[in-house]
Amino acid sequence: MTRGRFVTLAMAAGFAFLWLPILLLVGYAFSADRIPFQWGGFSLRWFAALAADDRVIEAASLSLRIATGAASLAVLLGGAAGWGLARYGRFRGRALFGALIGAPLVLPEVVTGLSLLLLFVALESVTGWPAGRGALTVLLAHATLGAAFVAVVVQARLTETDRSLEEAAMDLGATPFIAFRTITLPLIAPALAAGWLLAFTLSLDDVVIASFVSGPAGTTLPMALFAMLRLGLTPEVNALGAVVVIGVGSVLILAALLLRRSDSR
Amino acid sequence: MKGRLAVLLPVWAWLLVFVAAPAAILLAIALAEADSGVPPFRLAWSLTGFATLAEDRYYLDAVLTALRIAAMTATGCLLIAYPMAMGIARAAPGRRMLLLALLMLPFWTGFLLRVGAWIGLLRDQGWINGMLMALGITEAPLPLLYSEGAMLVGMVHSYLPFAVLPLFAALLRLDPTLGEAAADLGAGPATAFVTVTLPVTAPAAAAGFLLVFIPAAGEFVIPELMGPPEAQLVGRVLWQEFFQNHDWPVAAALALALLLLLLVPIRLFQRLEARP
Amino acid sequence: MAGPNPASGPLLRAEAITKRFGATLALDALDLTIIEGEFFALLGGSGSGKSTLLRIIAGFDTPDDGRLLLDGADIVATPPWARPINMMFQSYALFPHMSVADNVAYGLRRAGTPRAEAAPRIAAALAMVGLTGFERRRPHELSGGQKQRVALARSLVMRPRLLLLDEPLGALDAGLRERTGFELRALQRETGAAFVMVTHDQEEALALADRVAVLEGGRIAQLGPPRAIYERPASRFVARFLGAANVLEGRAVAAGFDSTEAGATFAGVIPADTVAVALRPERIRLAANATGPNTARGVVEDAAFRGDDTLLLVRLAGGALLRVAHAEEDGAPPERGGGVTLAWDAADVVPLAS
Repeated sequence: MTRGRFVTLAMAAGFAFLWLPILLLVGYAFSADRIPFQWGGFSLRWFAALAADDRVIEAASLSLRIATGAASLAVLLGGAAGWGLARYGRFRGRALFGALIGAPLVLPEVVTGLSLLLLFVALESVTGWPAGRGALTVLLAHATLGAAFVAVVVQARLTETDRSLEEAAMDLGATPFIAFRTITLPLIAPALAAGWLLAFTLSLDDVVIASFVSGPAGTTLPMALFAMLRLGLTPEVNALGAVVVIGVGSVLILAALLLRRSDSR
Repeated sequence: MKGRLAVLLPVWAWLLVFVAAPAAILLAIALAEADSGVPPFRLAWSLTGFATLAEDRYYLDAVLTALRIAAMTATGCLLIAYPMAMGIARAAPGRRMLLLALLMLPFWTGFLLRVGAWIGLLRDQGWINGMLMALGITEAPLPLLYSEGAMLVGMVHSYLPFAVLPLFAALLRLDPTLGEAAADLGAGPATAFVTVTLPVTAPAAAAGFLLVFIPAAGEFVIPELMGPPEAQLVGRVLWQEFFQNHDWPVAAALALALLLLLLVPIRLFQRLEARP
Repeated sequence: MAGPNPASGPLLRAEAITKRFGATLALDALDLTIIEGEFFALLGGSGSGKSTLLRIIAGFDTPDDGRLLLDGADIVATPPWARPINMMFQSYALFPHMSVADNVAYGLRRAGTPRAEAAPRIAAALAMVGLTGFERRRPHELSGGQKQRVALARSLVMRPRLLLLDEPLGALDAGLRERTGFELRALQRETGAAFVMVTHDQEEALALADRVAVLEGGRIAQLGPPRAIYERPASRFVARFLGAANVLEGRAVAAGFDSTEAGATFAGVIPADTVAVALRPERIRLAANATGPNTARGVVEDAAFRGDDTLLLVRLAGGALLRVAHAEEDGAPPERGGGVTLAWDAADVVPLAS
C-alpha cells in the first residue's frame, strides 16, 4: 500500500512543520547565548531574566485576570444565548439575535477592535463611562468575543441533547428550574467548561483587539510580547515560550490522566 | 414566558450595546469628516472617507494584496492539511486522540510565541541561517525574514489547524464502503481517491479554505512582524490610518469595505456549515 | 471474457479459507463451491463469519490462509478492482456526488468502455431495475427501494459472472421486501450470473436461494437446498436458527428417543448418536386420549392468535415448553390453563446428532 505510506509520510511532515519551531523555541530557552536560537551551553539565566522583568510579570498577571473575568462573563452570556437559540424556537428577532451573537466569529479582528474602540470613545463622551480605556474595556471586548464561541458550543450541545430528558424530569415531578438544575445543567456542563476554556485562551492570545481597546494602563501579555517582537527577538521570548508550552502541556497531560482515571472508575 | 424574557433580555442588551452599536458607530464615523480635534472627526453625512478609498490606488492595492495573500495562505493550508486529516482519520481511535491533541496543542501555546519562533528561525542571525553557514552551504545569511514567503509560512503555520479540522471531520464521516464500491467497480486507489474521496469531501475542503481565508484577509500581526515593508495588507493599512495618521473616517471606511468584501465568503461558509 | 459456460460447472471455490481478527477466528478452514448461475445464500447470525467471507471473495479482506479459485485460478492476491466480481453493499454505497446515471456509468468508465457502447448498457441496466427516467436524480432524492435498485444496476451493468449481495433486503421496509425478493430472483435468472447473498434472515435465504449454507463460528454448519435444510436440520443450532422448531434434549434408546424434559418417547428412525430431536410446531396436533410413543401431555400456558393459526405454549409433563401451531380449521383452540394431549407422526421427528 504505497498510498498509505505516502499519507503517513505527508502527515508526519505536516506535524514536523507544526512542531519544529515550537520545540526549537523551547529548547533554545535553555541556551546561555545572548543571541536567541544559538547554542551557548546550558543555562537558566533567561528564565531568571524573565522572572525579574516586571513589565512581563505585570502584563501576565493582568492578562490572566482579564481572561478569567472575560471567560466567566462569556459563559454566562454565551450560555444564555445558546440556550435561547436551541430551546426557544422562533422567538421574535431570532435571526438578528443569531447574527449579532455570531458576528465576532466571522469579523476580522481589526474590524471588531476598531468598532469597539469607537464605541468606548463614543460612550465615554456621551455618558462619561467607561472613564478612559484599560483592563475593563479589554475585558468587555473579550467577553463579547468569547460569548460568540460559547454560544456555538452550547447550542450544538443542547441541540444534540434529547429534549425529552427534560420533559421526563418534569413528568416525574421536577419544576422547570429543578429539571434544568438536575438534568440539563449536568449534561451541558462539559460544553460550558470547554466554552470557558476557549474564551480564556482567546483572551490570553489576543493582541489586535486588545491593542485597539486598551489604554496606557492596560498592557496585556500579548501586547507586551508584540512590542518585544517588534523591537527584536531576545532569549526572554524563548524562556516565556518554554514556560507556556511546558505549563500548558503539563496541564493538558494532567487533565488527560484525571479524565482517564475518572473513566476507568 | 417570563423565564424566557429573563434569559434573553440581558443578552439582547449586551448584543445591542457591544455588537450592534459599534457597527452603527463605525458607519457613522466612516461617513464623518476628518478633523484635527479630539476625537479627530466631525459627524457629517460625507462620503469623503469612501472617496479617499476609491481615489487612491494604495487602498485598492491593499485590499487586493490581502485577498491574494489570504487565498495563498488558505491554499497552502489545504495542501498540508489534506494528508494530515487523512492520516488522523485513518489512525486507530486511541492514536487518533493523540494526533488531534498534537494538532491542537500549538493553538494553545500562544500565537505570538509561534510567530516569535519563526522570527528566530528565519532572521539573519536565526537558526536556519546559522545552520546553513555552519554547514558551509552559504557564506552570508540569506534574507529569509521580512519577505512574502516568510509571511506566508507564518500565516500557514498559524491557521493550519483550522483547515485540518473540517477535513478530518468529513473524512471520518466518509462512508468507507464508498471507497470499497469504487474499488469493486474497477477503480485503483488513486482513481478512487480522485473520483470519490476528493469530490465527496470537497465541501469540507471549501469550508476549511474559507475558515482560513476569512481571518487571514484581515490579518495584521504577521505581515507586520514577518512581512516585507511593502506588503501593505488591508489590516496593516487600517491600523496605520488609525494609529499613525489618526484618520478615523478612512480607517472606518476601510473596515466597512473589508467587511463588505468578506460578506460573500462569510455567507458561503455559513451555507456550507448549514448543510446536513 | 466469459469462456465456455457449462451450465452447472463450479465458478468459485474457496479452499480452507481461514481468517483471524486478533484472537477471534472469523473463518475456520472453510470450504465452499459456488456453481455457475446459481443463487446462493450465506445464512448466519452476527459473528458467524458470513460477511467476512463475502468481503474476502470481493477482495476487501485477505484470508490468513487458504485459496480462492475463480475458474481454477487463485485470486487471493488480485486486488478488488481487478476482480471480475461485483458487490452490492448493504448501505448501497451510492456515490452521493453523482447522478444515478453517473453512478451506473462509474464501473464502465473505469474499464474504459467507449461511450457509444456504455450508453445503451446503462440504459438497459436502469430499465432492468425499472428506473428508466431517473438518470439525472441524485441518490439523496431517491427512496430506499430506489437506492437499492441503483446499487443493483450499478453492479449488473458490469455483467459480472458473480454478484455478491450484502443483506440486499436488509434496509428495506417489510412491505417492499417480498416484492424486491421476487425481482432479485427474476434478475438473477435473466442475467444468468451467480448471486451470492449474505443474510441473517432465514426466511429471506429460504425464499430466494437455490442453495443455502448455514454458518456458525466460521464454519459451515449445514449446506443444501432450502427445503432439505428446513425439513432436515442437521444440528440443534441449525434447527433453532431456521425458525421456530422445538428442540428437545434426551438420549437414544432401543425404542427410539427418550426425552425426560418432554416426558415423552419419540419413535422413528433414530440413529444411535442422536442427542436431541427437532419437531416443528405445525406438525404437532391435539389428540384427545392418545397414548404411547409420539404423544405427550401438558398444560396450555399461553396462546397467541396469528391469523392462520394460534400459537400455543404448552408446558409438558417433563418441564419443557413446547410451541404448537393450532390451525384455524381444526376448530377452537383450547383454553389457557387447560390440559391437552399432543401427538405427532414418526416421520416428522428429526434426529439431531449435535
